[in-house]
Amino acid sequence: MDQIASNIGLLLQFPVVNLKILIDGMMIGALFALAAYGLALVWGVMNVKNLAQGDFVIGGGYVSWWLVKNVGLHPLLGVPAAFVVMALLGGALHGTPIHNWARSQKTAMIWVSALTFLVFIVATYLGDAAGSVAGYAGLILTILLVINGGIYNLVISRVIERDLFTSLLATFGLAIMGAQIMNLLFGSDTQSLDLGYDTLYFADGLIDVPIAKLIGVLMAAALAAGVVIFMKSSRMGQAIRATAQDARAARVLGIDTEKVYAFTFSLNAAICGAAGAIIVMVWVIQPFYGITYSVRAFVVVTAAGLGNLPGVIAAGLGIGALEQYGSHIFGIGYQQAIAVLLLLAVLVYRLMQQKRNRQVLQ
Amino acid sequence: MAINKNALYTILLIVIAAAPFVFPNYGVQLATLWLFIIVAMTWDMTGGQMGYNSLGNIFFYGTGMYVAAVIAIGLVYDVGEYTSAFGGGRYDFTDAQYFTGFVLGVIGAGIFCAISAFIIGYVTFGLRGPYFAIGTLGVAIAAGELVSNWDWVGGGQGITLPVYPGNLDDGKVFIYFAFAITGVVLFIFLNYLYKTRFGAAMNAIRDDEEKAEAMGIHTMRYKLISWALSAFFIGVAGGISAFQIISFEPLESAYQTINLGIFMVVCVLLGGKGTLWGPIIGAILFQLFKEVTWNYFLGWQWVALGALIIVTVVYFQDGLMGYLRTVRPEWFGQTVEEKSDDAAGEAAR
Repeated sequence: MDQIASNIGLLLQFPVVNLKILIDGMMIGALFALAAYGLALVWGVMNVKNLAQGDFVIGGGYVSWWLVKNVGLHPLLGVPAAFVVMALLGGALHGTPIHNWARSQKTAMIWVSALTFLVFIVATYLGDAAGSVAGYAGLILTILLVINGGIYNLVISRVIERDLFTSLLATFGLAIMGAQIMNLLFGSDTQSLDLGYDTLYFADGLIDVPIAKLIGVLMAAALAAGVVIFMKSSRMGQAIRATAQDARAARVLGIDTEKVYAFTFSLNAAICGAAGAIIVMVWVIQPFYGITYSVRAFVVVTAAGLGNLPGVIAAGLGIGALEQYGSHIFGIGYQQAIAVLLLLAVLVYRLMQQKRNRQVLQ
Repeated sequence: MAINKNALYTILLIVIAAAPFVFPNYGVQLATLWLFIIVAMTWDMTGGQMGYNSLGNIFFYGTGMYVAAVIAIGLVYDVGEYTSAFGGGRYDFTDAQYFTGFVLGVIGAGIFCAISAFIIGYVTFGLRGPYFAIGTLGVAIAAGELVSNWDWVGGGQGITLPVYPGNLDDGKVFIYFAFAITGVVLFIFLNYLYKTRFGAAMNAIRDDEEKAEAMGIHTMRYKLISWALSAFFIGVAGGISAFQIISFEPLESAYQTINLGIFMVVCVLLGGKGTLWGPIIGAILFQLFKEVTWNYFLGWQWVALGALIIVTVVYFQDGLMGYLRTVRPEWFGQTVEEKSDDAAGEAAR
């Protein structure tokens, strides 16, 4: 209690600390908003509640990290790289000629998958040294699945028309699978990339803004702007919005909704991947950090509603700021609890709103 | 048929009673199997029979563990002092203290969880569909985080209970029978409950809540009572688990949202939700799968479990019982009547 009171007192005594907390919160909130926008997209268009959202974020982070460490890519180029790789994993190849060719070669594909699976089983039995072999065999298997449409074909496309709980649980299965595969491939240590840029200081050094974080936020904003322009002006963006409004009517008007779904999901994965690549530059990633981003994405989307981009951005920034405030006042251990309690508060608030609406109807 | 059923139940009871003595090396696994059966059956009460898919039933498990531990310790020592010693050896429990602590703790855990189910349910049962699942999941995660910051019950370090006085193997058998008796009582209770008007009302809520309300069923009351009943049994199971695990901490073993919290749902889906035997069969299958993967694919067990969840949820959601029901409807007392072409055509329309 004393601790809390003195923390609040500190905030009142030094107003500039408030500014620092706000800036920090906005920076992390921008990335929450990205992940949340992807979630709002798949939720609104496909009615899929993706609990694996955070694992896509972490996956993108690891793609960038791996490329920088092993190929020597510049960390800033890791962002588009993660965007592309996660799009492929999400099912971007669905319906393209290469995917159709892979479909026609079904038997060959099955044999190759079975062979790599065998390799990976044998490698697992051979113990620790062969662990890397198993990892790469797993990678090959994944790439094969990518050619075959990826997780989209196997899981997501089968839960679109199903009830709401199915998609939650199925993507939860994806989430724990993804987290564990990343753990096996990259180890359970926290990883980050150092850009090596300076830090800017304001207000006698009370506010520090690392240039890397600034670049990260700018990239997030650029990505969001790009996605918005894409959704507004491109043919595919229009098709996505039409499908979100009424899938049946869209189908009647000649939109290949199956293709739209696959594209939407891979776009979501790509956005998350890019967000993860930004996160690895400014904070740290770890295979099991995914759930924290999933929870935040759900908080933001539940608060802002679907198909409401300004709302998502505002809610994302707001949650980032509130979380920073909460952890400053109550202690860092409460950060996750605050995010979840915010979610509950939003749910209860919406519930009360609904009740009022019902009474109006009566 | 009736005699057959009684004979079946008698054989089952004998198997249950004999199991820990026939397989003395598997005492812990058998007790865990009972835990899975209990949580699966309780999840099915709201999830399968009432259509409210909760992801947060693990809240009652973790709370049950903590309440049982606090009662058992609090009867003898000051809880705050005890936990701040982190299981140091200065605190001894006599046999009588251990067993009174066990009984009172387990029952107290059940009652506490039932009451908290009323309070939480009052808020969350207004939420429909996925929001209910997300809301309950949120409650469980938040509770885990809050408890891990609560120093009085040991914070993130967790809490350590006294070990079973006497032979360790006897302790395992004791825990096994505590679980088994709870499970059998729960089964008998559910077997009775699903045949009553109350069970019918639960099914009505699942099938169409608005219509059930229009028919004069106080849906909120039914939802709260059945959730509180299931919370009671999960709380009891959690209380027993606390004495089985002995030393536990909040995030990984008590409020283990992503382990047991999801496993119980998968157990039910695997066996077939909305049936009496489905959760039991599902729990047995799941436990077998889990032990095999844990033993032979160490490191990949989570991948295998994730795959199992996906396969069950996406491709096999009706579960084993649902599958049997479509293949052998006569086993479930559903006979297909011969109909003339006219009647069949009428039905198809």
